[in-house]
Amino acid sequence: MLRRNDCADLLRHMYRIRLFEERLKRYYDYSGYFQQNSPEAELERSAGLLTSTLYDFASKGMIGGAVHLYIGQEAVAVGVCSLLRDSDYVTSSHRDHGHFIAKTANLRGALAELMGREGGVCGGCGGSMHLYDRQHGFLGGNGIIGGQIPLALGPAFAARYNGTDQVAVTFFGDGGANQGTLYEALNLAANWSLPVLFICENNLYAATTPAAIAFPGPDIAPRAEGFGVPAITVDGQDVLAVRAAAEEAIARAREGHGPTFIEAKTYRFEGHCGSAGHADPEECALWRQRDPIELFRSRCRAEGWLTEAEQDEIRTAVCAEVDDAVAFALQSPLSDPRHLCRFEI
Amino acid sequence: MREITYAAAVAEALREEMERDERVFVIGEDIGPVRERSGDLFGQFRQRRVWQTPISEAAFTGLAAGAAAAGLRPVVEIMYCDFLTVCLDQVCNQAAKLRLMSGGQFSVPVVIKTPAGCGTREGAHHSQSLEAWLMHTPGLKVVMPSCPYDAKGLLKTAIRDDDPVVYIQHRLLHPLTEAVPDGEWTVMLGEAATKREGVDVTLVATSYAVVKALTAAEVLAPRYEVEVVDPRSLVPLDVEAIAASVRKTGRLLVVHEAPVRGGAGAEIVRRVVEEAGEALKSPPRVLGGRAIPIPYSPPLEDACIPQVSDIVAAVEVLCS
Repeated sequence: MLRRNDCADLLRHMYRIRLFEERLKRYYDYSGYFQQNSPEAELERSAGLLTSTLYDFASKGMIGGAVHLYIGQEAVAVGVCSLLRDSDYVTSSHRDHGHFIAKTANLRGALAELMGREGGVCGGCGGSMHLYDRQHGFLGGNGIIGGQIPLALGPAFAARYNGTDQVAVTFFGDGGANQGTLYEALNLAANWSLPVLFICENNLYAATTPAAIAFPGPDIAPRAEGFGVPAITVDGQDVLAVRAAAEEAIARAREGHGPTFIEAKTYRFEGHCGSAGHADPEECALWRQRDPIELFRSRCRAEGWLTEAEQDEIRTAVCAEVDDAVAFALQSPLSDPRHLCRFEI
Repeated sequence: MREITYAAAVAEALREEMERDERVFVIGEDIGPVRERSGDLFGQFRQRRVWQTPISEAAFTGLAAGAAAAGLRPVVEIMYCDFLTVCLDQVCNQAAKLRLMSGGQFSVPVVIKTPAGCGTREGAHHSQSLEAWLMHTPGLKVVMPSCPYDAKGLLKTAIRDDDPVVYIQHRLLHPLTEAVPDGEWTVMLGEAATKREGVDVTLVATSYAVVKALTAAEVLAPRYEVEVVDPRSLVPLDVEAIAASVRKTGRLLVVHEAPVRGGAGAEIVRRVVEEAGEALKSPPRVLGGRAIPIPYSPPLEDACIPQVSDIVAAVEVLCS
């Protein structure tokens, strides 16, 4: 039974992801970052041709490396993570901001991490693809496609070993669904009835490779059935549909009945990486008409769960949270290399 | 004192650590019925502590890394060192890097335990020594015990360590026996052992090469006093002990079975040259495997790795 507070929470979490990532765009510039930090720039700087110092970023270029935006897929992370406890574990992919925020709500830690600051949740050691938050059960994004899937078996196994009712969730995309690790993990999880949710976010593209040329048919979920794992396909733009599927799967896992595979049909509204636009703008425009946040807002109004004004209030409050995260990150010093020695093995 | 085999020492360490710490469990392929490797562990801990897996190295190694991050202390059995290749992502990208990537929030106290090496005539996919790959990966510790005493002591320490430790046991060592104390002992990581004292040349050897080095030292005894040093752990490496020996002898020969190119020997020589280069009376040498995948036929296999006669010859050249 969905309560009014639940609706507000779901909307708040989706906005946290959306507005956080919209704000990232302001600070992210792969080429700008690279230009400022390249050896050539160093030479130009030493010759007096560039005036800025190495870490004196313009606002563009304050976040570097590869940043994979989750915008458009918010309903999946929020639908699942809204049902998890801090003691449950999540592993995620290279596109991990959404899962991280949905599980931890740690905007400050995430933004400072992306800016390479001491105040980052990993002290600047992780970066965009490697966010971790132990306190909130977030066992990392992953830079290796499919690498996170076997890892999630670990906390699930530990729960069974220790006799607790914790669950583990692993998020991966249609890209990850073609890695062998998924099928080894499905088999092991099914054999040992491990409390794991395999959440496949089929956003139709693995980087730029269309799912149409990577899969023989439109659906991924039936593969899991071959391992004896219950599989369900849901509308990944509908947060309530995702949540309903996850609720059943989590209950089953907590009761010791093993894993579930959920394929969420979704779409990312941005390019694979950074500020590049989507490879197929026409298709993207169609999917944008099914924006998970707008869909949920309409539903809430239609059902009388939240008024338009209440929804706008939530958005405004989240805007302030993001402002606060930016302020926190900017005042945090850049990560100090002197702290590295404790990782030297 | 009592005589036990290397294999028994390994099983004893496992049993003691499992009795001592509820969080320790063993996971891997075929670890149930293969009694000579696991002793009666399977019977004793069958219900909860020994997990026999499907043939899915990536899945169970990843599971172990994740379970370690969640607070358990897994010992992963990789049936052959060569099979690390199919789960190297979980070892080198996940387990090894997780503590750094999380900024120290998580640690990964997992032991990856694997037999390695030549001599059992099993061909190119069951004979490799891959310690150099693992040493090359920041975040992993690498140990290679060469005798029953060290096998037990190092395994116990590896299980108690908070970082991933790769524990490599040469399978020709398994039946070797040694007189060991009763009860419990540990061997620290990063502490070399002088297996034989001498003044003419320092022979640093790892794993089964230690056995060959000791035989060579015996053969050479009428002419040269050979000091044999076993680093026991390659990461961390006890450079001080090796350098101290080289300062005494002025000569260094490193012997291992893994290919000499890019191997542990090159690294040991580098460290010694940096640490005690002024003490060297002649250029240091490394004796290792040839750049050939391990072939099957006994004379072919034997021709690919250093034998006792090669060590003897190398020492003679070094000391002449």
